[in-house]
Amino acid sequence: MPRRLVRRRYIGVKVESQGTFEGRSLAAALSGSLVKLFGEYGASLADFRLVDYQPESNCAILRCSHKVLDMVRASIVALKDVDGEKTALRIVCVSGTLKALRKRLSQ
Amino acid sequence: MKGFVDFHLLLSPSMDRGEIEDLIARSAELGYSSVGIPLPIDVGGKDIEDIERICDDSDVDLVKRVDLRPRNSRELLGLLRIVRRRREVVAVRCGSKEVARQAAKDRRVDLLCFSSSDLRRRFFNSAVAELASKSSAGLEVDMAPLIVMDGFRRIRLISCLRREVALAKKFDVPVVLSSGAFDRYLLRSPQDYASLGYLFNLSHDAAVAAMSNTPRGIVEKNRRKLSSDYVAPGVYVVKRGKDCRDGW
Repeated sequence: MPRRLVRRRYIGVKVESQGTFEGRSLAAALSGSLVKLFGEYGASLADFRLVDYQPESNCAILRCSHKVLDMVRASIVALKDVDGEKTALRIVCVSGTLKALRKRLSQ
Repeated sequence: MKGFVDFHLLLSPSMDRGEIEDLIARSAELGYSSVGIPLPIDVGGKDIEDIERICDDSDVDLVKRVDLRPRNSRELLGLLRIVRRRREVVAVRCGSKEVARQAAKDRRVDLLCFSSSDLRRRFFNSAVAELASKSSAGLEVDMAPLIVMDGFRRIRLISCLRREVALAKKFDVPVVLSSGAFDRYLLRSPQDYASLGYLFNLSHDAAVAAMSNTPRGIVEKNRRKLSSDYVAPGVYVVKRGKDCRDGW
């Protein structure tokens, strides 16, 4: 069976904020938090991306490399604002596939 | 007692009842079964009952804690004499080396806290850790400053915490992770705080224990001591009055 070169982790996140913002702002804030905590080299290892953000349900799905999951988790928790609005992100679940994560989020 | 414990939820006098209710309800929602709230010694019984009622409404157990800020060891001893029988958890904010050493060797002290803003006032060195390991005082780490701060200040704080946690591990000093939150947006779930522990080399399991078993052990030990059945270390009243058989 072929083995994937890059193994990923998908992180389901609940967003709680004073205001509203676009997915682009959330992605920029998360990348900023990752760079602040671990530097540009650390952020480059993360292969970090915002996969999906639904403002109506306050849910977001993020993707990162499985090797740096701890780093990405720490930077998600350390995020304090997005676009100047006080924000707290709560990690709901982590999964190896997007399909499994969506299933768990919908439950 | 079971579940996660947040030993340090900060309520300021400027907060109204709604804000206090919101903060405590948020703690319960995030999975904490007990919250420790610093209640100064001059806080009246009615105020404490009010907070207890709010905690009961949110199905959270209130841990009554006091934060002492003595200027010298003599003042610390005087304060400990007054507060030890009145509060379930006694934390000492060590502002000097003298106070840190006295607090670390006193068995009546449960937690040693250090300033997060002035890192030169963090006096948790190997001497203090050794004293604390003998008296079973724990090291409290507030997580809110790690979220609030940024830049060089946070870099230095993380570096200090890494050194202190390594010392605590070496000398078997219990580490307690607390939120130190004064705002609902600074509160995180226990699992999320455990993820932040990665920053100062605290393993996930150790971080979870620092928010569950360790603080729970401190509260249970102190509640046993404060109960009317406590006589001396290791001696408790098991039965009273009519429960006792003749000749006992």
